[in-house]
Amino acid sequence: MLYDISLRISYDYDNAADSSRHMVRLLPADLPGEQRLIAGNLDIHPRPDELTSGMDFFWNRFSQIAFLHTHEDIDFNMHARVERYEQSTPLDISPPLERIGSDIRAQMNLGPLAPHHFLGPSPRVPQSLATAAFAHEHLSGRQTVFSAVRTIGEILNKELAYDPEATLVDTPMDDAFAARRGVCQDFSHIMISCLRSVGIPAGYVSGFLRTVPPPGQPRMEGADAMHAWVRAWCGADMGWIEYDPTNAADVGTDHIVVARGRDYSDIAPVRGQMRIYGDHKTTQSVDVLPL
Amino acid sequence: MSLSGEALNADAVNRLVSGYRTLPGVSDEMFLTDGSIRPVWTPLLNALAQMSGEEIDARTARADQYLRDSGVYYRQYGPDDVSERDWPLSHVPVLISGEEWSQISAGLVQRADLLERVVADLYGPGRLVSEGHLPAELVANNPEWLRPLVGIQPRLGHFLHFLAFDIGRGPMGRWWVLGDRTQAPSGAGFALENRIATTRVFNELYAQTGVQRLAGFFRIFRDALLGLRQNDGSRVGILTPGPLNDTYYEHAYIARYLGFNLLEGEDLTVRNGELMVRTVAGLKPISVLWRRLDAAWADPLELDEASRLGTPGLLDAIRSGSVTMVNALGSGILETRAFLAFLPRISEALLGEPLLMPNIATWWCGQQREREHVKANAQAMSIGNAYATRLLFDQDDVSAIGGTFDREMHESLMAWIEHGAGQLVGQEAVNLSTTPVLEDGMLTPRPMSLRVFMARTPDGWRVMPGGYARIGHSGSSLALTMQSGGSAADVWVVNPGPAEKETMLSTPAQSFVRQQPGVLPSRAADNLFWLGRYVERFEYSIRLLRAYNLRLDDAPSHDTPLLAYLADYLANRDCDPEDGIPVGLSAMLASATTAAGHVRDRFSMDGWMALADLSRTTAKMRQTAQPGGDAAQAMRVLLRKISGFSGLVHENMYRLTGWRFLSIGRALERAASLTSLLAHFADKKAPDGALDLAIEVADSAMTHRRRYTVATARDTVIDLLGLDPLNPRSIIYQLNEITEHVRQLPGSEEHRQLSPLQRGLLQATSGLALQTPEGLGSNDLNSLGGEIAELSDLISAKYLR
Repeated sequence: MLYDISLRISYDYDNAADSSRHMVRLLPADLPGEQRLIAGNLDIHPRPDELTSGMDFFWNRFSQIAFLHTHEDIDFNMHARVERYEQSTPLDISPPLERIGSDIRAQMNLGPLAPHHFLGPSPRVPQSLATAAFAHEHLSGRQTVFSAVRTIGEILNKELAYDPEATLVDTPMDDAFAARRGVCQDFSHIMISCLRSVGIPAGYVSGFLRTVPPPGQPRMEGADAMHAWVRAWCGADMGWIEYDPTNAADVGTDHIVVARGRDYSDIAPVRGQMRIYGDHKTTQSVDVLPL
Repeated sequence: MSLSGEALNADAVNRLVSGYRTLPGVSDEMFLTDGSIRPVWTPLLNALAQMSGEEIDARTARADQYLRDSGVYYRQYGPDDVSERDWPLSHVPVLISGEEWSQISAGLVQRADLLERVVADLYGPGRLVSEGHLPAELVANNPEWLRPLVGIQPRLGHFLHFLAFDIGRGPMGRWWVLGDRTQAPSGAGFALENRIATTRVFNELYAQTGVQRLAGFFRIFRDALLGLRQNDGSRVGILTPGPLNDTYYEHAYIARYLGFNLLEGEDLTVRNGELMVRTVAGLKPISVLWRRLDAAWADPLELDEASRLGTPGLLDAIRSGSVTMVNALGSGILETRAFLAFLPRISEALLGEPLLMPNIATWWCGQQREREHVKANAQAMSIGNAYATRLLFDQDDVSAIGGTFDREMHESLMAWIEHGAGQLVGQEAVNLSTTPVLEDGMLTPRPMSLRVFMARTPDGWRVMPGGYARIGHSGSSLALTMQSGGSAADVWVVNPGPAEKETMLSTPAQSFVRQQPGVLPSRAADNLFWLGRYVERFEYSIRLLRAYNLRLDDAPSHDTPLLAYLADYLANRDCDPEDGIPVGLSAMLASATTAAGHVRDRFSMDGWMALADLSRTTAKMRQTAQPGGDAAQAMRVLLRKISGFSGLVHENMYRLTGWRFLSIGRALERAASLTSLLAHFADKKAPDGALDLAIEVADSAMTHRRRYTVATARDTVIDLLGLDPLNPRSIIYQLNEITEHVRQLPGSEEHRQLSPLQRGLLQATSGLALQTPEGLGSNDLNSLGGEIAELSDLISAKYLR
């Protein structure tokens, strides 16, 4: 599937920032076997005084930019053409849930794909008694890991209401779960928390969702802004799979990956500190057009 | 008296140690197990035995006085408050023979080399995990394993430069490592202060015996830090989390002692991958940071995003190889308690030899066999958080000691261990050795552990000869931490024969070069500027309040027009005189104290204590003082104290750039106060008596009488307090002062275009100088007030951020 993707994020400050520095992860990833970045371009206005790029621990491309002068707004404009490959429907060759632990222990490495990173608490997904109780209630140890991932995803999709007004970008996962509502970020963090609590390594994926649905299908939630979903490690044989709890769907050609990490904080699209007081306003628009 | 090399004065010494009861199964530093005294203690015991109780009291009082005078404190965190506590010195040093110290040193040097290899692997190839020497989980779940640092080689190859080890002596007399301090070990500065204070007690003994000196260690480490710089023009700084940290005193002390800038994260910024300090002379490169800040806070952009203490972009500077961190960010992972379970085998694997000094036996409960062992032996263990980086006696997580929880729990010990699994670690409960402390003139045994420091130099690791002993306040070795009432003692490493003298000063053979040009960080300048302003604002408010209360005391009724006018003016300045001593006064002092707290490394101890005394007095008076004569009297006292403070600062402070900012702050505030005073009290509509009041508040009554042979009139008051360049209490005098200071600041060199600040100053000063007393009305004064406020902003814009 070929897509033309454009994204615009604007920050408006109440008080002019006299300097600022940001980490930016906005360009779609180039993932052999999954998706190909044919062309990608990120325009930033005003022009940053400094720009460096690199790959982070999880092999995501980032840019670090700095503005050394007063500015009242920043606009990020990203355009990319991406080919997303068809994936075959996953065949469940994952072990029973009660055996996932020994599969993990056998992975004696700490590379970016190692399951160990995705099991313990992370900044936005702390340990939670509430999600652990919820997950244990709905799963049994004899279930395969892959079916456990789907079960949790489907139940959460029914249990949680999609409500853009209910949470903010920094609402704690536990609060969103208690309110049983939120957006893709909350759905994903809650699902990650549930999976980790039963011993399944789980991480966070940021990316895009096609805006125009295929003929005859409803428009999916989360298509008007950057989207997020979950990846889970289903044992040594099956490896990583991705699941979108906001839409109760396996991740296929409708999802385009930007970055992968333990949770939002690892891969926030724009992270940064301003040397100012006061508030700022953010607007975001996304278009993902199949060609 | 004879101190060393003499036979034990048996009777006197016996009296001294008669009540000293060593504990069964516990080593003692002074007594060997056969009941004889370790020879290294003989001179000290002899010396003590010859002192009367009064003499011992006088000597220990001298040590405590030293610590109080130099302001040694640490912060204590209580349930509700944070307070500064006097430093709890135990006056008897712990003595260790040079021979034993060599063995300790050799063991720790080996361990330091091992730790360097381990950390290089954890941030590099990761072979310890892939080859099965360390479980992946212990690294991946570790909050101190900082993923953004993985793959980054330190600029000069080494991760570790300054280390500390906590060690203790076990029942069989052997030394054990209790914990590794690799993140930002504290205590080296306190060790120096302990040494100075302890020598106040045993000055003759110290001079005559071969106690190894500490200064050489610091000199060598300072030179090693300077050697890590990119080039001679670059700087070394000490990075502190700031005054709220429990060991901030030490950061300021070490910075002063070594002659490096004390910096907070805000002082630093990154330009094109290079780390810079914001100074009053612009951005200056810095290439070595001895950090006392935990790594997670160092860069909010790539590490903990909630950090307000860090420097955005610091990691970018580290990636581009422009800065050496002492120690490298991420080296805190080596402190992980559970690592102690694996280091003995890692030593065999990496070094091919066993640890020379064992560490305390440790079992990680993430492994089934080890977990079963911990369950079976829980009675003889301390069990707690596997990832903790503190010692077991610094409990902050749930722990079980000797089979009992340290707090109420809703599950059994066995269930807790089973489900805690990889989160928990069991450590053999060791009874640490005891050492003598003085209690009521008698020696009593108390448990202790040692913190030993070591620094990397071009010639390898160098161990500080001596260090810092933590002493428990009761017989139990669980009470060792300062926070729960323990104390600290000096450690003497004693060689046979006299000591060589070492100081921080270089020997005359080397020519002394002042390495660090005195460039003032902008934040320090900002704090000094505001300190000057707040103190002056406080003084002005006191003078106004005194004038008010004196008149109130004299007035037949409370509502004379002048009193009402003044009360109104005061209330607008947050100083409602109805309150006796208004709360606004305390707020000004609190602001001054906060500003001073950030610059303790460049602020005299006497000045700091004078400020503390002022705050205490004000707080005390606030509780009792009533408006009228009572409050007037209180204001007199405060005025005397603030004059004392100002005198101290202005008489004693070295004339560096920092002093100029303090002075500019004071002059600017005084100019603003005088302008406001004249605008209100020399206004044509001001009530009767206002002119006299203005003269009194500006402390110029005498001068007025001498210069003008007439009673106060509007023109004479405006002339004296506004336009007279010889009166230090005139606006023009203060503006001239500011101009003079600014001329001496960086960026004011001749033959340059005037800066906006210089233009603003010139405009305000010349505008005022051209005025006549008749012509200078309240409107002019108000707009002058605006110009002065503008000057403050211009100073901030140019120098303070």
